[in-house]
Amino acid sequence: MGEYVIKLPDVGEGVAEAELVEWNVKIGDMVREDTVLAAVMTDKATVEIPSPVDGEILWLGAEIGDTVAIGSPIVRLKVAGEGNTGAETAAAPKPPVNDDRKSQSAIAQAKPEPASQAARPEPVAAAKPAAASSPKPVSGAIQRGAPRAEGERPLASPAVRLRAKEAGIDLRQVGGSGPAGRIGHEDLDAFIQRGPQTGKTSGLVRNDAIEEIKIVGLRRKIAEKMKLAKSRIPHITYVEEVDVTALEELRANLNKEKRTDRPKLTLLPFLMRAMVRAIAEQPQLNALFDDEVGIVHQYGGVHIGIAAQTSGGLVVPVVKHVEARDLWDCGAEVNRLAEAAKAGTATREELSGSTITITSLGAMGGVVTTPVINHPEVAIVGVNKMMIRPMWDGSQFVPRKMMNLSSSFDHRVIDGWDAAIFVQRIKALLETPALIFVEG
Amino acid sequence: MKDITCKLLVIGAGPGGYVCAIRAGQLGIDTVVIEAGKPGGTCLNVGCIPSKALIHAAEEFEKASHWAGKPGPLGISVESPKLEFGKTVAWKDGIVSRLNSGVAGLLKKAKVKYVQGWAKFRDGKTVEVETETGTQVIRAENVVIATGSAPVELPFLPFGGNVISSTEALSLPAVPERLAVVGGGYIGLELGMAFAKLGAKVTVVEALPRLLQQYDAELTKPVLKRLADLGIEVLTGAKAKGVSSKGDALLVEAADGKDRKIAADKILVTVGRKPVTAGWGLEEIDLDMSGRFIRIDDQCRTSMRGVYAIGDVTGEPMLAHRAMAQGEMVAEIVAGHKRSWDKRAIPAICFTDPELVTAGLSPDEAKKLGGEIKIGQFPFSANGRAMTKQGEDGFVRVVARADNHLVLGIQAVGQGVSELSAAFGLALEMGARLEDIAGTIHAHPTQGEAFQEAALKGLGHALHI
Repeated sequence: MGEYVIKLPDVGEGVAEAELVEWNVKIGDMVREDTVLAAVMTDKATVEIPSPVDGEILWLGAEIGDTVAIGSPIVRLKVAGEGNTGAETAAAPKPPVNDDRKSQSAIAQAKPEPASQAARPEPVAAAKPAAASSPKPVSGAIQRGAPRAEGERPLASPAVRLRAKEAGIDLRQVGGSGPAGRIGHEDLDAFIQRGPQTGKTSGLVRNDAIEEIKIVGLRRKIAEKMKLAKSRIPHITYVEEVDVTALEELRANLNKEKRTDRPKLTLLPFLMRAMVRAIAEQPQLNALFDDEVGIVHQYGGVHIGIAAQTSGGLVVPVVKHVEARDLWDCGAEVNRLAEAAKAGTATREELSGSTITITSLGAMGGVVTTPVINHPEVAIVGVNKMMIRPMWDGSQFVPRKMMNLSSSFDHRVIDGWDAAIFVQRIKALLETPALIFVEG
Repeated sequence: MKDITCKLLVIGAGPGGYVCAIRAGQLGIDTVVIEAGKPGGTCLNVGCIPSKALIHAAEEFEKASHWAGKPGPLGISVESPKLEFGKTVAWKDGIVSRLNSGVAGLLKKAKVKYVQGWAKFRDGKTVEVETETGTQVIRAENVVIATGSAPVELPFLPFGGNVISSTEALSLPAVPERLAVVGGGYIGLELGMAFAKLGAKVTVVEALPRLLQQYDAELTKPVLKRLADLGIEVLTGAKAKGVSSKGDALLVEAADGKDRKIAADKILVTVGRKPVTAGWGLEEIDLDMSGRFIRIDDQCRTSMRGVYAIGDVTGEPMLAHRAMAQGEMVAEIVAGHKRSWDKRAIPAICFTDPELVTAGLSPDEAKKLGGEIKIGQFPFSANGRAMTKQGEDGFVRVVARADNHLVLGIQAVGQGVSELSAAFGLALEMGARLEDIAGTIHAHPTQGEAFQEAALKGLGHALHI
């Protein structure tokens, strides 16, 4: 028997550390080669760590939410044969790199927890070995909170009974969390707080519950990113309405012609192409501002991030070199990336490298939004909901398909005037979509 | 005489009535209590307290008699011990009278008005009391009936002459040379054993096939053994027929059908107690009954609004501590508090030698619930303290549910086990599991350790056996 140490592999180019977001195993588990042990998350991508060998988990080197350096041991396995620790046994395993939220000792203390949970048998079961032959070993845990059997008296101390009586509570309706279903003061507190299930009064009850939710993984990344953007960047948000009646006609016509090599077009590819044209005239908007050193990196290539909602939260897949893609190519790439992002299979490369971002909630887009710039970019274009509005054409109101664009800019490097020119240019292109196709 | 009007009137100052009155007084309720005899009722005057005093004196005398002439294993011997029974009774009366004035003092302190006399209902809210100075009318918003119980008389053995009840037995001028006890329940055996220890030749006549029939045979075995040791003759399955014409013998039809004549100076009839439901105007208020007893609900309310009943007059078990708990509850209900009877157990003690304690369900009762049960039993022969007290007979037994180890009942038999009833009652009332008792440190060396060991036994790992 030997010991095999699994270290955190290189999960992406230039990545020095990753956040552990999920353990799929616990101490004592038997794993086979390729069993997924854990998931770690880098700046943008989540990577699964498979086991390279068969073995039994002896040790887990980090807790969910910890940041682990590439190359740090994360799992120790007991394996048949020699293992891979022969040369290293003298050296203590390198502890995981901790982020600033957690002390080393906290991890050390937390580590044995999964082990003890796994090893700790159900208390009642342990306390009654003689009952093994009993056909129905009902444990206290099984009865927890469950209503007791018909006619069975609620079990509670005299003090609890008195309190219940004075509060006008029938203990038969109260679940007991104690051993043998005993109702404690805390059960009574919870019942009083929750109110009777079959509310005879108003049915409106206070809820004073506070749930503690640890912000980990993608949510933490989003939180950090948003904080950075809002604390560093003085935003200016500019809203303009766009008449997309002509664009929608064009789009409908293009989609009528069904070709397998062309995706069904949404509004996004048109907007992307219009942005490329507008950026050609306002190149300072397609840039990353390194405010630490005071340098704006103005990009020639237009790499548009498309903010997308997934079950885990917001991700931003990036369509690279939009300037070199036609309408259908843009559409196809947006579709492919959106699928990958939703499935959680988008790579780190596909989720990074944008120079400007589009945010759109489609039918949920509202009338106006105040988009938060995807730091360190300097501009973001928000798409609001399209709707038919009555517009004055000079002699009468006519129904037009209208849509607002809410765009934010980094006011440190982008003046309001430039922002306005950029949005007006996009508006003009979208209102007269033929211009999008005019080269030069 | 001027009528009295009050919020609460308690009829009877026994343990139920006086506790009810004290608690009501504490709660600021304008309360009157009526008592025909002395405060404390049966319990204090002719029951629990005097009988325990007599039992204690008998125990002490028996020890001395045991050592007379021949030193036992303890190396103690005495010259022929003497009993001045008159002094014994006087000592007992002293305790009773101290407690009488104690109760009276507590009532006074709680600002309860005490009226001496015999009460009779005029209607549901009005009671007349025949006092020494005339008829006193008391009107009350709420009335508590706490009239208690009295010894049952057998028609063929009417009380009088040499035929006595437990009341008279506690105040005899001398220890009878020969005592016949009719009824082998706990009262008959407590007193029978005490008189045997005081020197009487005791015969117990029981109509049922066994003594102490409300207890299981295993539990009563050490008591039966002790009865034999004390030279008490036991006739089970025997029917008392009457008293001889001279009044100096009990006529019995023995189990074999043959008539027997048991010579006796006194014939003590202890065949149970009956509720006192006559003589105080029950017929005037026409309450619903439950057999011989007044029917009550879980708040001790009778069928008439504002009329409560507590204690022996409401049914079994006829125990002082049940009445006290009911009395306290009723006082709080009258004060507007929300209360109802929610007790899990009423421990009961039989002060025989050795003593018996039961709390909660017996093994048989627990089996009737349908579920599987576990029984843990630990003998005092394996308990160090019991050995040092020469009390190795007996055991503690814990009955629990097999599925969740909830303790359903606890029984014990042994020297001095009455004091363990506190722990038994607490365990049941708190909803203890076997693990709770097993996990509580019981001080060494005490008989209480047997309780912990019984729980451990139930869990399958008793340490000292």
